[in-house]
Amino acid sequence: MAATSSDVQSLIGQKYEAGFITDIEQEHLPPGLSEDTVRFISGKKGEPAWLLEWRLKAFRRWQEMQEPAWAHVDYPKIDYQSISYWAAPKSAGDGPKSLSEVDPKLIETYNKLGIPLEEQKMLAGVAVDVVFDSVSVHTTFKDKLAAAGVIFCSFSEAVREHPELIRQYLGSVVPQHDNYFAALNSAVFSDGSFVYIPKNTRCPMELSTYFRMNARNTGQFERTLIVADAGSYVSYLEGCTAPQRDDNQLHAAVVELVVLDDAEIKYSTVQNWYPGDEEGRGGIYNFVTKRADCRGRNAKVSWTQVETGSAITWKYPSCVLRGENSVGEFYSVALTHNRQQADTGTKMIHLGRNTRSTIVSKGISAGRGQNAYRGLVRIARSAEGARNYTQCDSLLIGDQCGAHTFPYVEVKNSSAKVEHEASTSKISEDQLFYLRSRGIGQEDAVNLIVNGFCKQVFKELPMEFAVEAQKLLSVSLEGAVG
Amino acid sequence: MLQIENLQVEVDGKPILRGLNLDVPAGQVHAIMGPNGSGKSTLAHVLAGKPGYTVTGGSVRFNGRDLLALSPEERAGEGVFLAFQYPVEIPGVNNVYMLKAALNGIRKHRGLPEINAVEFLQQVKAKTAALGLKESLLNRPVNQGFSGGEKKRNEIFQMSVLEPQLAVLDETDSGLDIDALRIVAEGVNQLRDPARSFLVVTHYQRLLDYIVPDVVHVLAQGRIIKSGPRELALELEARGYDWLLQAVA
Repeated sequence: MAATSSDVQSLIGQKYEAGFITDIEQEHLPPGLSEDTVRFISGKKGEPAWLLEWRLKAFRRWQEMQEPAWAHVDYPKIDYQSISYWAAPKSAGDGPKSLSEVDPKLIETYNKLGIPLEEQKMLAGVAVDVVFDSVSVHTTFKDKLAAAGVIFCSFSEAVREHPELIRQYLGSVVPQHDNYFAALNSAVFSDGSFVYIPKNTRCPMELSTYFRMNARNTGQFERTLIVADAGSYVSYLEGCTAPQRDDNQLHAAVVELVVLDDAEIKYSTVQNWYPGDEEGRGGIYNFVTKRADCRGRNAKVSWTQVETGSAITWKYPSCVLRGENSVGEFYSVALTHNRQQADTGTKMIHLGRNTRSTIVSKGISAGRGQNAYRGLVRIARSAEGARNYTQCDSLLIGDQCGAHTFPYVEVKNSSAKVEHEASTSKISEDQLFYLRSRGIGQEDAVNLIVNGFCKQVFKELPMEFAVEAQKLLSVSLEGAVG
Repeated sequence: MLQIENLQVEVDGKPILRGLNLDVPAGQVHAIMGPNGSGKSTLAHVLAGKPGYTVTGGSVRFNGRDLLALSPEERAGEGVFLAFQYPVEIPGVNNVYMLKAALNGIRKHRGLPEINAVEFLQQVKAKTAALGLKESLLNRPVNQGFSGGEKKRNEIFQMSVLEPQLAVLDETDSGLDIDALRIVAEGVNQLRDPARSFLVVTHYQRLLDYIVPDVVHVLAQGRIIKSGPRELALELEARGYDWLLQAVA
């Protein structure tokens, strides 16, 4: 990393605690993107021919597509030829069989991040899949999960061990050509997580994936696929960090959720990619496609996201409510500080009868951050009795930031009921002084107000992560006032 | 306890306080009265450390410490409390939760451990009852949707929980009907203590029927122009301020 000299920057360096670099021997593909790149990745992973074909089809479609420009974000044009599409810790090879095969430096990295891989040290009840740059390095608690019939493994392993499931569901929620970044991901995705919860099974523990970008000039393109078979339930969490670097890195992930009859998936994200420095140098471009397909009756999906990192966030976790009585929920806290930009929201596509959706979006803008909520509620002709409630609140800290709301509502069935509430407020000097005069320090006063603002979303997170999210917000807002 | 000497304060370059002297010993209640625009609220705000006021001269000592050198939260930690004339609404922040954070902030300043949650709630319940405050207000967001009277009562309630050494009441009587006024005054009187002082800023002598002061000061044109016993307030009510202002001029 280039040495940055000014005091301000070193201060910010301290704030982003996950900004260290792991010095590890890496296998690295030189920058560039062509059919050969796609073939290399597929070959590296020993994939079957059908999957290579699937990737190549995506790549060809991608070449014909235009990068979208409609989001309320501003960034220099990305040169896709200057990115490396493959980086892996050398020792990982085909993936470690046990913890003793994992490079000790990797274990150290994850310990620093507070995610010990040793199962005995872990929070009881959380299984973790860890993705380091392009490959998954370790999945914990496999045996216990297997006993319940739950499959939780890296994507590569799933392709080898459960090809029938992958073939059936891959791309069935987010088609290869869905959008520019999804097509790119479909062509070059390197790894990710796969979860299958069998019929009538309640997953015995929380599942979690931790993504870490380490290598320089590398994109991270992972895929997550979760299938909840009829009557099953799973709670899934993903967390993300990256080292602090001066150049931008691209993260273009795809997450597909399939929910069958009476099944439920609770998907929580705490995203803390490196946000860039005070002047907007560096940081992750987080261009992600997440979608859930509620195929069955009474299927339920709940997305909860806390987005504090990334230079640019472009992400709309969505729900296709196909099954009768199916339910979609979206709870979001998005924070932008310094020069961060976020354009995030959700899409609720109501197709089935009596489908219901709830959207609660909390945007916080500080410094010169720009925060946009963009949401679509579509009630199809077939969605008799559909209901949506949307609440969209913005909180401004300081006078140089911005908050924007772009709600799209399309209703084709007159029995539907759609509500939208929005508010914008600002942390005022008077509020801060009031709290300070009571004995509460300035930063604590800001945190008190911000946490109060986000409470509705935090209560949707699993307990441990709610605590982590609160801490993350307070760290991300350091220096926002004063 | 509180010693103010020759205090001079400007707002946006305009002098508001012009050499104010005031001495409030421990255990006493002092009332500050005066015409509109005389600087009463400015004095209250400056004591609590509100930003936006420039102190251009003089000193304020609190228990011997230079109060003006402290941040608002440090002043609270030292035992200063301001009951606001217009308590601000803070959406999303639970009233009791805020109060607990405040109490712990003050305890931290004093090197004390955080208060036990059960003990805190017991204290809160007892004080709510003593002030006739609806318990439902406790778990609502700070001041949000409170009536004018509820807001003022909430200020006194916070004061009773935080147990300051010096309480500055900035027109706590404004907007209160006579019943609410009595309840608020009783709350204050319950807290009177040989170790605690009150600075009561008010327009009307009516409040002083309930909170009987030891000394009444008249603040006009940025200075204390007259101080006297409780009867001075009655005289002001009968005669207004003009005779005093003329005497000074």
